[in-house]
Amino acid sequence: MEAIEYTRPSTIDDAVRSLTAAGARVLAGGTDLLVQLRGGYTRPALIVDIKGIAELCRVEQTARGFRVGAAVAGAELGAHQSFAQRWPGVVEAFQLIGSTQIQGRASLGGNLCNASPAADSVPALIAAGAHCTIAGPGGQREAAVEDICTAPGKTTLAVGEFIVDFLFPTPPAHTGDAYLRFIPRSEMDIAVVGASVCLTLDSAGVCTAARVCLGAVAPRALLVPAAGAALVGTRVDDAALAQLAAAASAACSPIDDKRGTIEYRTKVAGVLARRAAVAALARARGN
Amino acid sequence: MAKHHVSTTVNHEPVEFLCETQHTLLDVLRDELDLTGSKEGCGTGDCGACSVLLDGRLVCACLVLGVEAQGHAITTIEGVAKGGELHPIQQQFLDDAALQCGICTPGFIVAAKALLDQNPDPTETEVRFWLAGNLCRCTGYDKIIRAVMNAAAKMREEA
Repeated sequence: MEAIEYTRPSTIDDAVRSLTAAGARVLAGGTDLLVQLRGGYTRPALIVDIKGIAELCRVEQTARGFRVGAAVAGAELGAHQSFAQRWPGVVEAFQLIGSTQIQGRASLGGNLCNASPAADSVPALIAAGAHCTIAGPGGQREAAVEDICTAPGKTTLAVGEFIVDFLFPTPPAHTGDAYLRFIPRSEMDIAVVGASVCLTLDSAGVCTAARVCLGAVAPRALLVPAAGAALVGTRVDDAALAQLAAAASAACSPIDDKRGTIEYRTKVAGVLARRAAVAALARARGN
Repeated sequence: MAKHHVSTTVNHEPVEFLCETQHTLLDVLRDELDLTGSKEGCGTGDCGACSVLLDGRLVCACLVLGVEAQGHAITTIEGVAKGGELHPIQQQFLDDAALQCGICTPGFIVAAKALLDQNPDPTETEVRFWLAGNLCRCTGYDKIIRAVMNAAAKMREEA
């Protein structure tokens, strides 16, 4: 069997050059890749460890908003107080991934590119309106997070491309986000349904913008514009929340498996979206 | 391909080893460095029996490649006792009989120490959530949680 090569580039350009080779795989936190290696599900010719690149490992506040490197670990982002204060929904979603030990390694870039429909951080990134910077042979480009995953295990990234960082555009005042996950136990499980809401209020308390994104109810995280639209122009009252829940359930096309039937996931998606909206509302009022 | 030559720090000592790309840090600790305190339970990051600190952060050694240790600092269960003296958490696990077969114990102690180093007075809920990635198949969780709480109380008294 051919040996697996390993490289740890220190620049984006070197990483792109390495990743254009046949059989190259990106290594960020390794919490998915090492499991796949051990199980024999993947046998890359080359592992490209991107944690030697400064841009992928830092959190910084820029004129446009926070930039979070694609390889920053959950434990690190959770400890970043000003980010956690600004985007509590993103942090609570990210930190639901696995155990304390997994949090020491797992990254936002990895969670997105693993392309699981049940990935916890992805609905929160999409609801927050995050964009990613993608480096590749053609240079760098920016894409909305909702445009990355297409189906389980599938992304729109081309050969040689990888995610450098996530940009969280600075939101208007009175914006709050929240993520909720349903699992049949209290910890350490995969989402049966996930729901994230990010909403903005004007100074009179009327909702001016809302993004609702669901996880684990479709082949990829699902942005539901109709659910967000149900809140805009309202004070996020019971009637608006009921419309949001109905729109969220209507958008679902889940699988039927041992963790949840189609009917169950569809119902729970509406309930969770509503609860996430209530949590986001409380945060928006406090901002 | 030639093996990777890795220079790292293990339990405050400079260490060098050779490994292939697919060898995990756990493989290296156990098979190259004879540090067999870290156990392989699952090999997929689910059980926490191989918990170590990497630059002070709790990780599963089975989910880190050996070559990734280059230039970093690792603390294993072998680095927890000071000389011949057990760490208060280790002593409390003995005093409270917080182990049965013992396979999970090194991981629990490394993980519990990581918690108490940053939070000397955790609630029971905080301890349970922090240790949710450490599995004990003898199902001795209550005694383990009690030992960590008791060790924390003793460490606060001594501080």
